[in-house]
Order: sequence, then C-alpha cells, then structure tokens
Amino acid sequence: MKFSSTTRKAATIGAVAALVLVGTAGCNRASSGAGANPKVVLSLSTLNNPFFIEVRDGAKAEAAKKGVDLEIVDAQNDSAQQSNQLQTAASGSAKAVIVNPVDSDAVGSSVSALNKGDIPVVAVDRTVNGATTASFIASDNVAGGEQAAEDLAKAIGEKGDILVLQGQAGTSASRDRGKGFAEGIKKYPNIKVVGEQTANFDRATALDVTTNLLQAHPGIVGIFAENDEMALGAIKALGSKAGTSVKVASFDGEDDGLSAIKDGTLSSTIAQQPAKLGALAVDQALLAIDGKATKTVSVPVVSVTKTNVGDFSK
Amino acid sequence: MSSIAAKAPTRSFSFTKFLANNGALVGLVVLCIALFIATPDFLTGRNILNIGIQVSTVAVLAFGVTFVIVAGGIDLSVGSVAALASMSSGYFFSTSGLPGWLALIAGLAVGIIAGAVNGLASAYGKLPSFIATLAMLSVARGLTLVISDGRPLPTSPQVSFLGSDIGPVPVPIIVLVIAAVVASFLLNRTVLGRSMFAVGGNAEAARLSGLPVKRIVVVVFALSGLFAALAGLLLAGRLDSAQPQAASGYELDAIASVVIGGASLAGGVGRISGTFIGALVLVVIRNGLNLLNVSSFWQQVVIGLVIAIAVGFDVLRRKTRSS
Repeated sequence: MKFSSTTRKAATIGAVAALVLVGTAGCNRASSGAGANPKVVLSLSTLNNPFFIEVRDGAKAEAAKKGVDLEIVDAQNDSAQQSNQLQTAASGSAKAVIVNPVDSDAVGSSVSALNKGDIPVVAVDRTVNGATTASFIASDNVAGGEQAAEDLAKAIGEKGDILVLQGQAGTSASRDRGKGFAEGIKKYPNIKVVGEQTANFDRATALDVTTNLLQAHPGIVGIFAENDEMALGAIKALGSKAGTSVKVASFDGEDDGLSAIKDGTLSSTIAQQPAKLGALAVDQALLAIDGKATKTVSVPVVSVTKTNVGDFSK
Repeated sequence: MSSIAAKAPTRSFSFTKFLANNGALVGLVVLCIALFIATPDFLTGRNILNIGIQVSTVAVLAFGVTFVIVAGGIDLSVGSVAALASMSSGYFFSTSGLPGWLALIAGLAVGIIAGAVNGLASAYGKLPSFIATLAMLSVARGLTLVISDGRPLPTSPQVSFLGSDIGPVPVPIIVLVIAAVVASFLLNRTVLGRSMFAVGGNAEAARLSGLPVKRIVVVVFALSGLFAALAGLLLAGRLDSAQPQAASGYELDAIASVVIGGASLAGGVGRISGTFIGALVLVVIRNGLNLLNVSSFWQQVVIGLVIAIAVGFDVLRRKTRSS
C-alpha cells in the first residue's frame, strides 16, 4: 500500500493542475453554459433562522425538479457581505440571481450592477430599492398583521389589556406586521395595548422582556409577538398562564410554533409559506431568464389555530 | 512626624477614594433607589427573583471572562462558545442518543476544549488573545450552525432542570451562587488565582520568577470556556431548547460586567464580587427600563453611558493610587 515518491509527486502535480483548470473554467462564463443546467445564485440574508432555512429547502427542491444548478450563499445578516456575494455572482456564470436582501436600500447598488450585466434578479420576502427586479415574491405582512389582530381579539373575547413584542427594529417584516396589527386592533375599542417592547425576533430576549413586562402589567389577557420565536419565549415567561388566562398570537408558522398550537399554549399564528416562497422564486428566476417573469407574486398568509393546525404540520 | 503624616490620609475618609473603589456598588444602589421611586413593581419579591434569574447567564459568563482579564487577556468568544456548548449538548442528547447527564457533561467538555484552543493559540501560537478569541467567536458560531442546520434542538431533562425551580428557588440562582463561590475561591484562595494576577500584572516578571506562564494562560482560557458552557446550558435550560443564535453579543455584556465591576483591561486587577455587581447593573437597567416601558433603543444608550462612566472610574482609581 506504499506509494513511491514519484507517484506521489505526480499525483500532487495532477491535483494542483486540476485545481487551476477548475479555477480558470469558473472565470470563463461561456464554457460552463453550453448544455449544462442553467446556474442560478440564491443569496439569503441569513441561514441562522428556521424561516430562511425553509425558503432555502423549498428553492433547493424546486431547483432539483426543474434541473437548475442552484448555488446558495448566506449573507449572515451583513449587507456588505451580501453585496460582495452579488458582485461575485455578477462576474460569475449565473444566468439569474435570487436575492433575499439583508437591507432593501443597501442591496440596491449591487442589484444595479447585475441589471447592467443583464442578469435578471428576483427578490424574495423583502424588496429591493433603487434597482430593477424581474419579480418580487413575498407574503403580505401587513394583511397578516391585521389577521393576527383579529385572531387575538377573538381569542380574548374582544376586551382587555395586551402586550406587543416587536421584532428587530428597522426590518420591513417588523414594520409591516406591526403596522397591520395596529390597524387591526384599532377596530376593538375595548382592547388596550399597555406595553410595547422589542425582543429582536429572539426567544431568549423575549423571555426576559416578557418576564419584566408582566411585573408591570400582571393583568394582561393577551400578547402579540411579531414572530413565533418571540411567542415561544413569552409562553415560557407566562408558564401555566399561557393559553389559559393569557392568549398568545404570533406570526410565521414555524414547526415549533405549530407544536405550541397543538399543545394549546399558542392560540394562533399566521402561517407564511416559506418553502413556497423559495420554490416560486426558482420558477420566476427561470422565467426571468427568458424575460417572462411576473412582476409581483403574493403568497397568501393563513391563520393557523387549533382547528386547522393538522393541515400545516409536516 | 513624617510617619504620622503619611498615615493620616488613609485614615480620614476620602469620598473620591470610596467612590473609586466601590463605584459600581454605589451606582447599583442609586439605580435601585431611582427605580424603586419610579415604579412600584421594581422592588417586589417576584421581580427580585426575575433579576436573579436574568443575571445568572450574564454573570456566569462574566466570571470566566474575569479570569482572562485579570490575567491580562480578553475573551471575545464566550457568547459563541456558550451557544456551541448548549447546541453540542442538545445534539449529543437528541441525535446521538447519549444519556441526558452525559450530554450535559459533554456540553461542558466542549466549552473547556474551545477555551483551551483559545489558550493554546494565544500562549503557544503567539496570537494576541483578542485575535485568537475573535477567530473562535466566528468558528464556534459557525460550528453551532453546522450542528443545528440553523434549527433549535431539544435539550435533555438534566439541562432543562437548570432552568426550573426547586420549591420557590429558581435553579439558575443556585447555580449562580455556586459558580460565584467557586470562581471567587479560585481567584483569591488558590495558587492558580494568584498566578493569574501575577501574569496579568507583569507576564515577564511572572516568567522570570518561575511561573509556567504559558500553561497558566491555557488553563485560564479553558476555565473561561467552562464558565461560558455553563452559562450556555443555563440559557438552554430556561428555554428548554438549544438555540443556534443564543447568546449572540453576550461577550460584550460579559466584558462590560467585568469592566463595570472595576477590573482593569490592562490586567492584574479584578474581583468576582465586582463582576457580579457589574452584571447586576446591566440586568437591573434592562429590567427597570422594561418596567417603565422605555424603548430598547434608549436602553442601549444608557448601557453605553454606564460603561463609559465605569471605565472613567477605572482611570480615576489608577490616578488616586499612583499619586
């Protein structure tokens, strides 16, 4: 089983040569296009969140079905990193780019560069400002927020004091859901929002913030959390009150959120369909290569309660 | 005559000196009185317990960082290491099928290993600890995501126990007290603790007087990793799950606690009791401002100002000492 030094040398040289060849082939846009599957780059804001993982999984499955060579990059919630990744995509062999912006404004200039290179761009979940996108695919967060307000109002009998846990400040998801919820809850004059604090879409932060808020407002009957993660933190803080004397409504319809609905601790969530977002993005990217994409695709949101939770769990 | 004159200033009460040496404690008391006046909900038994639970994670994390800072280094990786330890523990339990208590110990072991790697890189690899632990911050968080694929994992009942209550007493507070006693003992009553002060005060002098400086540095970072892992498991216990994004940014809270508590970033100075008070200051501010429904944007502003004032005291203290 011993290799002679010459074979080892030859193998090393061969390996290096192969690497160089692969490297140069990657730079040459024309060589990889012919006959092979079209290459699409998917740039996600973060993979540190179950929601975006489902977007990724949906896109992956659709790409496999449609014969798309999908390259996934993770911007780790950093706009600068995302712009670098999009620049790489612009100079690579991508036929189309799907982007889920970290920040709608910051991504504009890198998308303009892709526009100039005639590479169509599809935006998912968040819009791109200051550049052209072939298609924009998102759930309707404002409508979802309003729906959440109605669900919570129904659950608490249309009266009482409630708390709101806001998501990360400055994100369109938090803004839109908050706006929708505020509009929705206005229709119920007997419901009063007595505390409103951000918990950054994070479970641990929501646990602490809710615990603190409960000290100041022990008599509340409801909590709206702008995502499931925060709702689960709030439920932990409420203990046995969750689902009994205090109803919790949230947004996202993640796996953990759905199990909480089954357990009765979470009264409702607004299910987005992240996997569908991902799959539709791949479809639109393919259409965009031929210039046939649809400008805006709205994916409906659905209220999930104990009665229909069975339809959503996998 | 001259000896009396030299003794006199230490006997007379100097307000500046008292403030400089107990700045954090005085600040904490003032803060508590102000919050008690501002909101009746602050000084209730339940809220005191809440503060105790909330301070446990930050304080345990900060105890480990105190060792590192006393020894003249810095540890930026503790938040990520906490997340990695809790995620590993969750993985060993839920995916590898290890018994719960073994999964808990494995989580702690992961923390010690990550810390030891920090120590090896800075002692033998000659990396500044700022860089070594900055690299670990990224590596550990990345590994956490690799293990979890970005999804939360369930934890063992033994880890969940860390987040429960024994009668009226929350377990995190018990763990906090034990960790504080152990950390304090290590720092003040052991050869290792005295070596930390010696290395932080002057590493070259410590080496020349025969101390195994490199080995001490490795042990100090390993200890920091262990305390970080314990903090991560406490947090996972409270949430009944290991979260991939858990404890993000906690390293800054830990460093802030140590600094507010009077330790010097130049090394050689620090107290566990001070660090505990520093952590309490941070948690009480957040708790109080939540109770008053002040926006979290202002909370960040206030915490930043407190850190600046605390470091101001550090400078003042060194001046009064040298004069």
